[in-house]
Amino acid sequence: MSILLSSNFQWVFISTLLLGIAAGLVGCLAYWKKQSLMSDALSHAALPGVVMIFLLFQVKDLFVLMIGASISALLGAFCIMMIKSTTRITEDTAMGMILAVFFGGGIVLLTLVNKTSTGNQAGLNNFIFGQAASMVLSDVMTMSILAVAVIFIVFIGFKEWKLFLFDPNFAKGLNLSVKAMNVVYLLVLVLTIVVGIQAVGVILMSALLIIPPVSARYWTHSFKTMMWLSGIFGGISGAVGTTISALGTGLPTGPFIVVTSGSIFLLSLFFGLKKGLVVESMMQRNKRKEILEQSVSSSFIKEVNR
Amino acid sequence: MTYTGWILLTASLVGISCGIVGVFLILRKMAMMADAISHTVLLGIVAAYLLTQSLSGIHMVIGAAIAGILTTYFVQWFHSKGIAQDASIGVVFTTLFSIGVILIAKKVGNAHLDVQHALMGEISFVPWNTVHLPLIGEFPLATFMLLLVLTVVIVVIGLFYKEWKLTTFDPALAASLGIPVLGMNYLFMTLVSITTVASFDAVGAIMVVAMLITPAASAYLWTDKLLIMIGLSASFGVISAIIGYYFAVWIDTSISGSMAFATGIIFLISFTCSPKHGALSHIIRPKIRTKGHVQSPN
Repeated sequence: MSILLSSNFQWVFISTLLLGIAAGLVGCLAYWKKQSLMSDALSHAALPGVVMIFLLFQVKDLFVLMIGASISALLGAFCIMMIKSTTRITEDTAMGMILAVFFGGGIVLLTLVNKTSTGNQAGLNNFIFGQAASMVLSDVMTMSILAVAVIFIVFIGFKEWKLFLFDPNFAKGLNLSVKAMNVVYLLVLVLTIVVGIQAVGVILMSALLIIPPVSARYWTHSFKTMMWLSGIFGGISGAVGTTISALGTGLPTGPFIVVTSGSIFLLSLFFGLKKGLVVESMMQRNKRKEILEQSVSSSFIKEVNR
Repeated sequence: MTYTGWILLTASLVGISCGIVGVFLILRKMAMMADAISHTVLLGIVAAYLLTQSLSGIHMVIGAAIAGILTTYFVQWFHSKGIAQDASIGVVFTTLFSIGVILIAKKVGNAHLDVQHALMGEISFVPWNTVHLPLIGEFPLATFMLLLVLTVVIVVIGLFYKEWKLTTFDPALAASLGIPVLGMNYLFMTLVSITTVASFDAVGAIMVVAMLITPAASAYLWTDKLLIMIGLSASFGVISAIIGYYFAVWIDTSISGSMAFATGIIFLISFTCSPKHGALSHIIRPKIRTKGHVQSPN
């Protein structure tokens, strides 16, 4: 238990909390853009960038590695759009391809790095499943600041995001450039992904973006409330997952964050107030009773009339 | 057969079976389902190991097939409860995969099963792990499983070839003719799962996605005929497996990663050079067409 009181853990705790909130918010945008799996493709595509930067400059600084990750994730996004717009290959096929090919390239580079003596100690393997415990204070700082920046961008543009997602034509009418919004959206998405790759890992980063909005959807029909809830769910998952993984030794952080998030999803699925299964079955039963009563009374009336 | 020969044979078998299944996968627009299944298969394998305490082939295949069917079932179920298809794929596979990773880290960390192996595969160990078969003698287990799965895939797809074609291209018509479209869908997902688990030893969970999707997508750019597409896709799979292997040996790196990368190279070539859908022909053809158009009034 004493590990929970150490200042290093508390820093990491706060940074994954912020990361969870940021991912929950951005995930909402991705959910309504119907691009949930795009985040999966882009987070896998970030791996070769991280390793490439390390190979080129031999630095371990998280911020520098993040730049590499962003470049390769953006390159992946560009390839997906290229393939989708110029050929008859569908978007999901393009995403699957980019995901696997980029990740394959990343693994090729990573194996090369691991063979060198400096690379073996760099802990780049942690980028696959995430290891929050391996973060140093400067990494935590970088992560927290960028996560706060993402949260800030989503908040100040809330009205614009809403227009952009739900009524792009109206947005155009108001002189809001949809093209520019698309670019900003992509940048924010990539930023969120690269912020999370050290703590959660490239394979599972997308879960943090996908699951909280889906869970939040069961509780509300309002976009604003959904954003709030999704942020809260994401924050809880990040914080709880980090705590569990810190209590054990050498346990990867990412899977625990995702399982926490998945548990929240299951709870929402059953007990959610708007679309949850329990509420739905109760409503169905009430309706059935109502119909039964109506048909009984109408047959009774028929009986009397006869 | 030599050591390299076994490896090349195994990798080619992966290329062929994944290539065939992949064609239907992308035509049915279910590429991301392959991604999902290749992740959840891990949970199936871990569960099978925890229940039987053995890593023998048949338990793994059954566990993986169950995991694949469950994934498909969950995704369909959540989708019917009003979650977008891609979001429900994302929720299901990340959660199940995480449970698998945690189980490995906590329960079976010391066994042959570790996460690194499951994700990247270790084809260089394949020739050492042999079984004794009657008549043939010693035969690598992974290669044998791949042969078996390839036979199953070819038989199932060959027997119902017309039905597969119909359910793929016009599910509504197929349903009106009385073909069990949903049942065929589950059968197909079972095929994907067993192909995935058989390829697991060789190329690992994530590379199998590359093998399933990329050769098929490349073939899709070259032809409009289904049979030709299947043939092309299988041969692209084999070619990238072989190129990938030699490249990996040359620079001494991960074999499965370099195979995945090789599928990407083949796609890049198809993407630029394909006569009908390639980028080059897009640049050249409009000029030809406009020239013809200008001349036609004369």
